[in-house]
Amino acid sequence: MSTAEADSHRGLFIKVWLGLLILTIIEIVLAYIHFDPHVMLAVLMGLSLVKAGMIMAYFMHLKFDAPSLSWILVVPLIACIMIMVGYFFPDGYRILQYGVASIK
Amino acid sequence: MSDGHASHAVAKTGWGGGASPFAVGDKKLGMWLFIVSDALTFSALIMAYSYVRVANEWPTPFDFFPSIIFSSVMTFVLLSSSLTMVFGVAAAHAGDRKATVKWIIATMFFGLLFVVLHANEWVHLIEEGMTPLQNPWGTPLFGGTFFTLTGLHMTHVAIGVIYLGVIAWGFGKGKYDGEDVEVSGLYWHFVDLVWMFIFPMVYLMSSRVN
Repeated sequence: MSTAEADSHRGLFIKVWLGLLILTIIEIVLAYIHFDPHVMLAVLMGLSLVKAGMIMAYFMHLKFDAPSLSWILVVPLIACIMIMVGYFFPDGYRILQYGVASIK
Repeated sequence: MSDGHASHAVAKTGWGGGASPFAVGDKKLGMWLFIVSDALTFSALIMAYSYVRVANEWPTPFDFFPSIIFSSVMTFVLLSSSLTMVFGVAAAHAGDRKATVKWIIATMFFGLLFVVLHANEWVHLIEEGMTPLQNPWGTPLFGGTFFTLTGLHMTHVAIGVIYLGVIAWGFGKGKYDGEDVEVSGLYWHFVDLVWMFIFPMVYLMSSRVN
């Protein structure tokens, strides 16, 4: 990164930081509005994914690196997380539908 | 590698090494690979938290004051520490050693502030009777998952502060270069990123709404 490039990025980083702060405030406000917890969880996770994307793209510099780096890092990560989701969520759905067998 | 036609053919296709398909240094690629594996560790813990939560009557013990206020301030502190870290990396690449050390120390200050606020939050919960095995509000597993998830994250922040201290010291002395600062920055941003998931899942979803 050259000095001129670093200077032009400085304003961008401050904008990203402000964006992240605003998204966080929106999350806190959402937590105090009464609505369905499932919808709230989905919205909060959606906002968190946007924040994670902003941090990775700008702060962690992925947007300015070779695209091959993003592909090799993000795709396997998402694949592994999807495998975990595939194991946990059907069982979580089973619990929600049929409850937990009492051991008492 | 042995000489001969075979090794020539191999070198031409890029399998003999010497090529840099991701256009980053080895340290940076190494840190990224660590971050991917660490992200999966946190994913597994968050999944386990969600699973246990679905299967139990989950308590919502976090009042707006102090818990939600504290955890929100902690979120702002971590986000701000990422910003100062980005400035530190930019200064390091520009070759400004003084400014780099200054920004990294600012990052460490925010990191320490996060740990102090979080430890205060833990003490507050422990005083209300919460331990990993029991709590006054509901399923005992709440304490276990809460302390595991936030404890592992707090450990990461504490290790990050020490890591940044070593990097600032070494960079100030000219022992490390810009890439070392950038790599420590990657770790720091990752710790910030993980909190962006822990904060809504653990705190906001368990806020006490009357």
